[in-house]
Amino acid sequence: MNKQNTKTPMPSQEPNIRNSNFDEVALGYDEEMAVNEAERCINCKNKPCVDGCPVNVRIPEFIGKIAERKFDEAYEILTSTNSLPAVCGRVCPQENQCEGKCTRGRNGEPVAVGRLERFTADWHKEHRGNKEVHKPESNGHKVAIIGAGPAGLTCAGDLVNKGYEVTVFEGLHKEGGVLVYGIPEFRLPKDIVAYEIDTLKKKGVKFINNVVVGKAIYIDDLFDDGFESVFIGTGAGLPKFMNIPGEDLVGVYSANEYLTRINLMKAYRPDYDTPIKKNKVVAVVGGGNVAMDACRCAKRMGADVHLIYRRSREEMPARNEEIEHAEEEGIKFHLLNNPVEIMGDEKKYVRSIKVIKMELGKPDESGRRRPVPVEGSEFEIECDAVIMAIGTRLNALIHDTTPGLDLTDKGGIEADEETGATTKRGVYAGGDAVTGAATVIKAMGAGKKAASSIDEYIVGKGKKN
Amino acid sequence: MHKIVNKKQLNHDMFWLEFEAPYVAKKAKPGQFIIFRVDEYGERVPLTMAGSDKDKGTVTIIFQSVGRSTKLLSQLEVGDSILDVSGPLGKPTKIDGLKRVCVVGGGTGNALAYPVAKGLADSGVKVDMVSGFKTEELVVLEDEFKSAVDNFYLLTDDGSKGEKGFTTDKLKKLIEKGNIYDEVITVGPPIMMKFVCEVTKPYNIPTVASLTALMIDGTGMCGGCRVSIDGEKKYVCVDGPEFDGQKVDWDKLIARNAYYKDEETEEIDHVCNITGGVRHYE
Repeated sequence: MNKQNTKTPMPSQEPNIRNSNFDEVALGYDEEMAVNEAERCINCKNKPCVDGCPVNVRIPEFIGKIAERKFDEAYEILTSTNSLPAVCGRVCPQENQCEGKCTRGRNGEPVAVGRLERFTADWHKEHRGNKEVHKPESNGHKVAIIGAGPAGLTCAGDLVNKGYEVTVFEGLHKEGGVLVYGIPEFRLPKDIVAYEIDTLKKKGVKFINNVVVGKAIYIDDLFDDGFESVFIGTGAGLPKFMNIPGEDLVGVYSANEYLTRINLMKAYRPDYDTPIKKNKVVAVVGGGNVAMDACRCAKRMGADVHLIYRRSREEMPARNEEIEHAEEEGIKFHLLNNPVEIMGDEKKYVRSIKVIKMELGKPDESGRRRPVPVEGSEFEIECDAVIMAIGTRLNALIHDTTPGLDLTDKGGIEADEETGATTKRGVYAGGDAVTGAATVIKAMGAGKKAASSIDEYIVGKGKKN
Repeated sequence: MHKIVNKKQLNHDMFWLEFEAPYVAKKAKPGQFIIFRVDEYGERVPLTMAGSDKDKGTVTIIFQSVGRSTKLLSQLEVGDSILDVSGPLGKPTKIDGLKRVCVVGGGTGNALAYPVAKGLADSGVKVDMVSGFKTEELVVLEDEFKSAVDNFYLLTDDGSKGEKGFTTDKLKKLIEKGNIYDEVITVGPPIMMKFVCEVTKPYNIPTVASLTALMIDGTGMCGGCRVSIDGEKKYVCVDGPEFDGQKVDWDKLIARNAYYKDEETEEIDHVCNITGGVRHYE
């Protein structure tokens, strides 16, 4: 056992170098680092880390195999419950999940589960590739999955492993959902997403892109086409705006638009056609991971970047690591400030953003202290672009064309928390489409539960007949 | 991949393409659009459909080669494929309850107005079509319009073909002559649509404008195509593309549409270098 009290450090690009390129920031463990870190796991009896993981990865087991340098076996154990390990190891908020529950964390830093997961997946990709992926034998049952984001991909992975013939319908031209259009290359390289999707394809999952369900095809059509069950994992993709004056000015983006141009359309690369402005000074509004991603992308596009957030650092929903990375890269934080208006020039282009200082009052329904404006404290930040990263809301395209599918008061698809069952027979849902914007791993957990419900539903249906 | 099965060149820079897109063809209705991406490096570009064939599983588009993407698209030949086609997107043209309408098309807008005018006429609506072009060489779809609609009025700015003048003047004359329209539908450059709305306003004729905005996903995900309708934020891709023209903030729309003009000009120059390389289709 390794008694080292802190995590084995992971090499990363220097802040002042990485803030001008889109290459991955964290560079990953080598074999020695991984083995050293794996030896910190005490393989405790109650395994709280496993409970902390929404897809219940068999954590001490795969870490044990790393310690023994049996990297292939570690990969087998890891992927028995997780179809996207290279993704999860990179983007999960482990501090609130597996690592948050690690016994070693009570007295020092927890075992770096995420880094080890990432190492295992990357090692396997590098040394074994996915040329000989085992294709499970078909059980003859067809399931349709709508949306190729984390929820849909996980559901597809679990069902194909059980022998189902899975078809995933995706509205965009690339699979991955937020993994391809939202999370930037420097946090999650797109070839890693493509690789994990390729593994699913080799297992037999069929992807049909550019099909917007609710427009090109309706859920009832899918049943007519012989699908026995449908999983909806369409996410919460509609951007929110603040509804302040000046939001229609030229140069005001939603974070979804800015990030989609950069990540999905690769607007930062000159060999791709989609344009993006090289703005000089960018104001980003919000305090979540999306706001951090937008800040760091704008910085890499050469802008001086100001983050505007209405609460204090303590209340920021972004991962601590992302906030630190943004600070190191030179993002200027204006905490306890809230935009009141965006000002434009005679061409209707953004000229500046007017913000008001805030102070924290009593806690609100979310438990966070409610920010209250300080009268007369307005000031202007000159900028030529504003990116709104204040959250997303739900998309009703599918609901509008699917009789019998009910929504919750908040506009999400009504689905049972444990099974994912919606109000329509045979239709299951999970991820942000149900809960509103949450995390990748929670969506994966929901996809996993739904896969097991769909299996029960189809098997049960067979028994009845 | 969407194989091109038919191609016609309508004038020196306008093209008619029919390609395979079975999912789109199945549900497509007049007024709806597609988003295409020509190849792996391509951008996503919206185009209103000119027609669709359920049985053949094909969709047709009419487009003008104005920038990098439409130029690349125009270089594709029968047998080549468009990488991505998504659709049908947007809301279809509302036809219910209309008895007589006037459709006003300008320039490339005529290509987009054609399926709308034909769709209306096919549903039993009486259609007057006012079709405007800069000059004779640019005139397209004349025969198609003639056989589809009840009255067809062709205009050119310089009088080289049809009547001399602007669509707005012709529309005004038709109204003043006593023609009663339940609705005027206009498709074309925003500035023309703005003026059409100014013509119809004093007569209180409901006027529908089919807006073109910068788009990326086309499913309501990014808000890049947002417009201000009566002071309210609307997305052209999911709430439109057709809106009450009297309520559109035209100046904002025109300003937003011009945002990437510099980048676009750069791009066109760039095409010349690149067509000799990997993206050369001939």
